[in-house]
Amino acid sequence: MTAKSVGGARVERADEDDDGRDGEAGGVGAGFAKAGDFAVAGPRRAPFGDPLVEFLLRLGDDRLILGHRLSEWCGHGPILEEDIATSNMALDLIGQAAQLLRLAGEVEGKGRDEDALAYFRDAVHFRNCLMVEQPKGDFGYTTMRQFLFDAYSVLLWEALVGASHEGLAAIAAKALKEAKYHLRHSSEWVVRLGDGTEESHARIQRSLDELWRFTGELFERDAVVEGAARAGVAVDLEALRSRWDAIVRDVIDRATLTIPADVVMQSGGRRGRHTEHLGHLLATMQIVARSHPGAKW
Amino acid sequence: MVSAPVLTRERALEVLGTVPDPEVPVISVVELGIVRDVEVRPGGAVTVTITPTYSGCPAMFEIEKDVRSALVEAGATAVEVRTVLSPAWTTDWIGPEAREKLRAYGIAPPGRAESGGLVTLTRARPPVPCPFCGSSDTRLQSEFGSTACKAIHVCNDCRQPFDEFKAH
Repeated sequence: MTAKSVGGARVERADEDDDGRDGEAGGVGAGFAKAGDFAVAGPRRAPFGDPLVEFLLRLGDDRLILGHRLSEWCGHGPILEEDIATSNMALDLIGQAAQLLRLAGEVEGKGRDEDALAYFRDAVHFRNCLMVEQPKGDFGYTTMRQFLFDAYSVLLWEALVGASHEGLAAIAAKALKEAKYHLRHSSEWVVRLGDGTEESHARIQRSLDELWRFTGELFERDAVVEGAARAGVAVDLEALRSRWDAIVRDVIDRATLTIPADVVMQSGGRRGRHTEHLGHLLATMQIVARSHPGAKW
Repeated sequence: MVSAPVLTRERALEVLGTVPDPEVPVISVVELGIVRDVEVRPGGAVTVTITPTYSGCPAMFEIEKDVRSALVEAGATAVEVRTVLSPAWTTDWIGPEAREKLRAYGIAPPGRAESGGLVTLTRARPPVPCPFCGSSDTRLQSEFGSTACKAIHVCNDCRQPFDEFKAH
């Protein structure tokens, strides 16, 4: 713990103290405590918990956040068909996220359900990859991101259908069908835009150039991936990467696009180190649940 | 005093056969294939096991409510609705009679669900026959339609746009 003085108030920061107790000190109704008695900042990095819980959070958070980004197109699609398509895909992804987060909460065993995990965690506790939290951009950017993610998702679910963890295998079998449909849709649009007009080609090439830096993170191995494998959820990320490369290169070639060379990969989302965009997204996504906890309609 | 008829498993299934799918009301939840099991215990308590069509299908809550009230009306003393994910729902569970009902209603019934294989990228799909005039000269208008389970096509012959129940 380090104590700093900000504007006269003593602010406690738990920068390196990864005890995961963010927001625990003080709290509403803590009597006449002075402002200085509260730890106003949680740990910048949340600690890794149980590897299986962490792994499920990664799966669930990727889909929750991407689903939210897709839902931002509702009423704003470039054409009616794609307005409906993005909303439909958002629905599939958020449905999958609900199942995954519910399972994560059950495995964790602390009484948190999918709503608690979606609405009452702060950015440092989210485990989604950086790619999905980037703003939706133009339709080309949304399409390219969807394609890169769908290709990854299809292969991941295909691997997880065989997981010895029954609950996850059941979610995977269901999600695989949906992801395949999404991939067909997004790959067709990548080809259409890439091999389309000069304008559409230039825009989606720019999107590919911007997004490529976030693709390395999808295949990073760490203690969580290894720990999850020991808990019956094994994914060979190296094998997955080479199959992903094959799908992506095939479609990118057909779309007359070029994969950028010498890109420095960005990562951190899996450890709770996010870009500034996630906080803004969460503010929008969580405000109703946090302002009216327990509200029903 | 007239005692209510004893609720049997057969009767419970019969009742569920009258609960329409809220989004495609021409077929029942049983015909849709989402009712996976029904158990009736001696006291009249019923457990219905259902499986969602799509992960995020918003109709599932509605379906659960409808199932519950139909069974209570038929004499169930308690109704439990369980949701299972495995085996994953497929349109292959929709029988020939229900397919004909869909077609007559103006929705092209699903083709065979794909199984195995990695992904079919940008493949030419066979045209979906028009449920109104039967023509095969149709085109896909949108991969996604008014509900999660439908796509939109247009018939080049009779000019009628129509829904297709997506093979899934």
